[in-house]
This record gives sequence, structure tokens and C-alpha cells, in this order.
Amino acid sequence: MSVRGFTAGVAAAALLFGATTANAAVEIQWWHAMGGELGKKLEKIANDFNAGQSEYKVLPVYKGTYPETLTAAIAAFRAKQQPHIVQVFEVGTGTMMAAKGAVYPIYQLMKDANEPFDPKAYLPAVTGYYSDTQGNMLSFPFNSSTPILYYNKDAYKKAGLDPEAPPKTWEEVAAHAKKLRDSGMACGFTTTWPSWINIENFSALHNIPIGTKENGLGGMDARLTIANDLTTRHVANLAEWQKTKVYDYGGRGNAALPKFISGECGILMESSGGRANVLANAKFEPGFGMLPVYQDVKGAPQNSIIGGASLWVLRGKPDADYKGVAKFFAYLSKPEVQAWWHQNTGYLPITTAAYELSEKEGYYAKNPGADVSIKQMRLNPPTANSKGLRFGNFVQIRDVIDEGIEAAVSGRTPAKEALEAAQSRGNQLLDSFQKQNM
Amino acid sequence: MTGKRVHFRGVLLPLALVAPQLAITLVFFFWPASQAILQSLRQEDAFGLGGRFVGMANFAALWNDPYYVESFLVTAVFSFGVAALSLVVALVLAVAVDRVARSATAYVTLIVWPYAVAPALAGVLWWFMLNPTTGIVAFVLRGLGIQWNHLLDGRQALLLVMLAAAWKQVSYNFIFFLAGLQSIPGSLIEAAAIDGAGPAKRFFSIVLPLLSPTVFFLIVVNIVYAFFDTFGIIHATTEGGPGQATTTLVYKVFRDGFIGLDLGSSAAQSVVLIVIVVALTVLQFRYVERRVHY
Repeated sequence: MSVRGFTAGVAAAALLFGATTANAAVEIQWWHAMGGELGKKLEKIANDFNAGQSEYKVLPVYKGTYPETLTAAIAAFRAKQQPHIVQVFEVGTGTMMAAKGAVYPIYQLMKDANEPFDPKAYLPAVTGYYSDTQGNMLSFPFNSSTPILYYNKDAYKKAGLDPEAPPKTWEEVAAHAKKLRDSGMACGFTTTWPSWINIENFSALHNIPIGTKENGLGGMDARLTIANDLTTRHVANLAEWQKTKVYDYGGRGNAALPKFISGECGILMESSGGRANVLANAKFEPGFGMLPVYQDVKGAPQNSIIGGASLWVLRGKPDADYKGVAKFFAYLSKPEVQAWWHQNTGYLPITTAAYELSEKEGYYAKNPGADVSIKQMRLNPPTANSKGLRFGNFVQIRDVIDEGIEAAVSGRTPAKEALEAAQSRGNQLLDSFQKQNM
Repeated sequence: MTGKRVHFRGVLLPLALVAPQLAITLVFFFWPASQAILQSLRQEDAFGLGGRFVGMANFAALWNDPYYVESFLVTAVFSFGVAALSLVVALVLAVAVDRVARSATAYVTLIVWPYAVAPALAGVLWWFMLNPTTGIVAFVLRGLGIQWNHLLDGRQALLLVMLAAAWKQVSYNFIFFLAGLQSIPGSLIEAAAIDGAGPAKRFFSIVLPLLSPTVFFLIVVNIVYAFFDTFGIIHATTEGGPGQATTTLVYKVFRDGFIGLDLGSSAAQSVVLIVIVVALTVLQFRYVERRVHY
């Protein structure tokens, strides 16, 4: 074939290809941070949506960890190459909300596209996290979880504890953990996500704020109040327990999970999303319970708050594309889709209908402990202290709080001092965020 | 010297020959560097929707940031530790291999091997061996009565990343030391031996002074390595923690810029790093390069 003939062939092929794509579905880019098994489950949802209609085609793209996905989406937005939908973890909510010109709020998107959308169908503790002060939902809750308590029933038996009675208070946690230590275990209890569990959810469950302005939901001038008496008491206790390995610090993120699965620690506080992992890998019988509270604190337990991620829609795409995004979200809201996602991943059923459907299908009867998380979320109607939190630069602030806990637990700094340092450092970050977004 | 100089006729050919290199330098160095300088004078939100010129405010904020000062200290300890550790170990290994009569090639190959390991992998290898729960080295240390927990103990965490970084760099230093040792004339050492100098005396009076240009060169290279090429090791293992214990200057640029999305401060830190690199390069060319004999 001559060069000219070859070029002509390529051009013709390109034309043909272009023509077919123009007639075919509108592509909707969806950047997400779900690797491994969760990624496959997410892809199934997209594939099912694509198979159900031919107008739009949702293309999920795995972009790495949560921070990597957020950074990639922001860089892409600056280069005008942004995806339609991006999955952002809960601590990135403040950043996304401040970027008013970049995000297309969900309530507006659904209204513009005339798709049915009822925010009341979602659990209040979930919508609160992702709504503005007027109650308008800005992002689409996708995968939400809340921390719960896991314990090793076999170790409980060996230590002479009742394997059907998980600890309900911190006093009981300490007593059980001590017995576990006495029975020969290397560590009593540990927690993953130090700040999320020991400060953020701890405060919500005890109905105390971690910051002013309704934990930041009320405005960008909110400041942290994490160095209060109750958190100081708790972190000081952790430091005390660390000395005898009643508690053993296991690192940031979910790095402490193997300590429980390997049988080193008898009790673990971890995201409800870790349930599948524990069930698949633990060589003992695990039990589940709610997070503990301090006995003498009135009104506790209040309710826990969520973690996980939500889907944000980015602006700057053709109007027609957004109709497809709205259709996809309408599909995602269906009780059967939500229930399937909940039952197969361990994330919370984020609509009441999905919870009820799962119950009707007998899922909780067959899987004891699977509903602990949702019960804990729904213990009480959320208060200003337990609706959720929203602070700018919270990714860094969480690091700062983790550092504070590390400083106290390692015995380097007294708890009060460590928390005060974290608080003032965190407030500096809030201050600079406020300035950046003026 | 002039006798060696090659002359090209005209202007176009020489220009064409250096053009690719110039283009690469402009695109990959001057362009990003200028962007960093511009960004360092601005404060803007992550999405680049709004922003304003703030002059030197980002730099001023850095000097008032105790974490930034701390990361200077961490970087200093880290770089010095990595350079000292890898230089000493490499020198010992090179001297040993230099004395081996048989199968020296096998030793050389084995010692050079770690250089091919990616930094992140090197970090993870050490991370596994020293993992407080499952690591074999941590297990042995526990047997010796040493509680190893780099998740909580900042000094142990710093030691961990230093070990991983130094281990990788030993190979590189080793090659230079071995080449340096082999270029020392055997007659000098033999003469000293005949005069009655023992192995230690010969090493410190003859070998080390003759090796000093190599040592100087390697010190600069190792410090640059510890400063800039160890990001992967830290990112794959400690992520800068616990606390700020392993947050080096480069890691802080990444953390503030890509995790914290504070682009102004991150850019200002990059500019500070550019100044440090320039200073190190000047130091190398003015004082070290002159004394190295290739």
C-alpha cells in the first residue's frame, strides 16, 4: 500500500470511528478511589447502568487513594480536563464546598435535569454531612461508613469473659482489655483512624462539639475546640493504657487492622467498612458492638458520624452530559441498587428504603452484626454536635490531630498539652484556608 | 588546552546540536521553576478559581512555622546520617573487596545490586523487616529487650528511613570507592609496606588521602541524594510521621501541596529548595570539582 493510500485509509477509519462515537452513547467520566474488590463492585454498578439504557455510558476510572483522586481531579480541572463525577472523601468536603465555581450542586443538577430526587429519603446523619446550611444537598452520598467495635470471641472465652457481651463503656473496655492482657494477649485493644474514632466520633457520641459554628457546618470562620476536658481525659487514658499495652497504638489510617486480625489485640475499633475484611481473614470468631462511651457523661451515646466518600459533579462539561449524570444518580438512589451496594461492601445503606429492603430480604437475620453500624447512626436524631463536620484543610488537620494523639500516647507530651498544640496548629490551618478562599 | 578545542564553522550547526538539550532544559527546568516562583508569590484556592498576589507573605509564613524549622532539622539529621552511614559502609566494603583475590566480581555484583531497587521498594523491604507486629528484625530486637515501634517512636522511624535510604546508596558509593582504590598505584602501598607501615597505617596515611577527592565528591552527591531522591522511601513507609519525625523538606513540599492543597506555601518551599540546590551546586563546582581527579 502506498503511503498516500495508507493515510487515506487512516483518515477514513478515523471518520468512521468518529461517526460511530457521535451516534453512540454520551460518555460520562467517573473518577473514583475504590481499589480491589470494592472497585469491582463499583464497576458492576456502572455496567448495570450502562446495560439498562443506551443514551449514556458511565466510564469509571480508578485514580488511586482518596487524596490522590482529589488531587488528580483538581489538577484536571485546572487543565480543563476534568471528569464529570469525582469521588471525594468526607474530609475533602470543605475543600469542594468552597470551590463554588467548580462544582455543580446535586440538588440543582437534579432540578435542572428534571430527575426525581428526595433528600429526605436519605439518612439524616448522611445528608447533614453533605448539605449546606439551608439543607440543600451539594454532593451525592455514595459510600458511607461509621466506626464500630469488633472483638475476638475466642479470646474472650479464653480470658473468662462473656463472649456475647461486648463492652459498652470505656470503663468496660479497659477492664476487658486488662483481662485479655492477663490471659496472655500481647495487646488489649487498638483503634484504626486515630482522629476519626478517638476525637471526631468520640465527641459526636458524647454530644460535645469539636469546633465552633456547629462543627464548621455554619461557616468558614469556625475554629477547633478539641482540647476540651472530655477529650483530654480520653487521650490521657489512652496514654495511660498504652504503658501496659491495655491499649496499643497501631498507626494512622487503618494500619492497626492487622493487629486485630492476627490475634494480637482482642478488641478493635474500626470502620464498619472493615467488616468484610475481618470476616474474610480472621481465624477466630469475631463479634460486633457499638463504640463505647464514658459512663458518667449525660446524654451519651448520642449518635456516631459518618466517614467514607461522596460523589461531586464538576462544572465545565456540555449541558447535555449533565442530563446523563442526573440519570445515573437517579439510578444510584434506587433502593435495590443501594441495598446491593450495602450488602456487598459493608458500607451503610444510605437511604431508609435500602435499609428496610435489606431487612425485608432477611439480610440482618442472616448476618448478625451487620446492622450495628446503622443502629448506632440512628440512636438519636442528630444534634448540632453530631450532624457531621466541615472544616477546610481537614486532610491536614486530621494529620495534626493524629500527631497530637501520637505525641500523648508515646508519653512525650501530656495529653492536655498535645491536644492544645494540635488545636492551635489546626486553627492556623483553618485561618489560612479561610484566607485562600476569600 | 586550546589545542584540544574543536571549532564548528557557522552558527546554525552548533545551535542545532545543542537545541535538543536546550529545549529539554527550558521545558523541564526553567518553565516549571518559573511557575513555582510565580505561584510562591500568590495565595489561591485549590481549583485556581480566584487568587491574589501576596508578595513575600508565603515565605514569611514559612519562617514563622515551627514545623518548617523542624523539617529543616529533620532533613539535616537525615541527610547527614544517610551520607555518613552509606559512605562508611561503602568504604569498608570497597576496601574489603579490593583485598579479595578471587571471585571479586561476584562480590561486586552482589553489592551493586540494591542500586537497582526502586526507592519505594527499598523502603517497604525495611518496613516489613522492622514491622512492630510481624517484622523479623523487630522480633529479634524484642528478644534483645529493645521495644521497636516506629509507628509511635519518632527517632526509630527516622532511623528506619535512614537505614533504607543508606542501604540503597551504599552500592553507588561502593563503585566510586572501588574505582578510586584501584586507581591508587600499588607501588605506593608496597613502598610503605617495605618501610614497615601496617595495614591501618597504610590505609590512613596513603589510601585515604589519595581517596579524598572521591570522598568529597560523594559527600555532595549523597547529600543531594538524601535531600531529593528519598521521597519514595518516606512516602511508601512513614508518610512523614509519626508527628513530623520523618517529614523532610521535600516531603513537606509534597504534603502541603498535594495533600493539603496549599499551593502557595508549597511553591514557596520549592523555591527555598531551588536556592539550596543552587548553593550545593556552586559548592561542588567551586571547591570539590577542582580537586577531583578522574
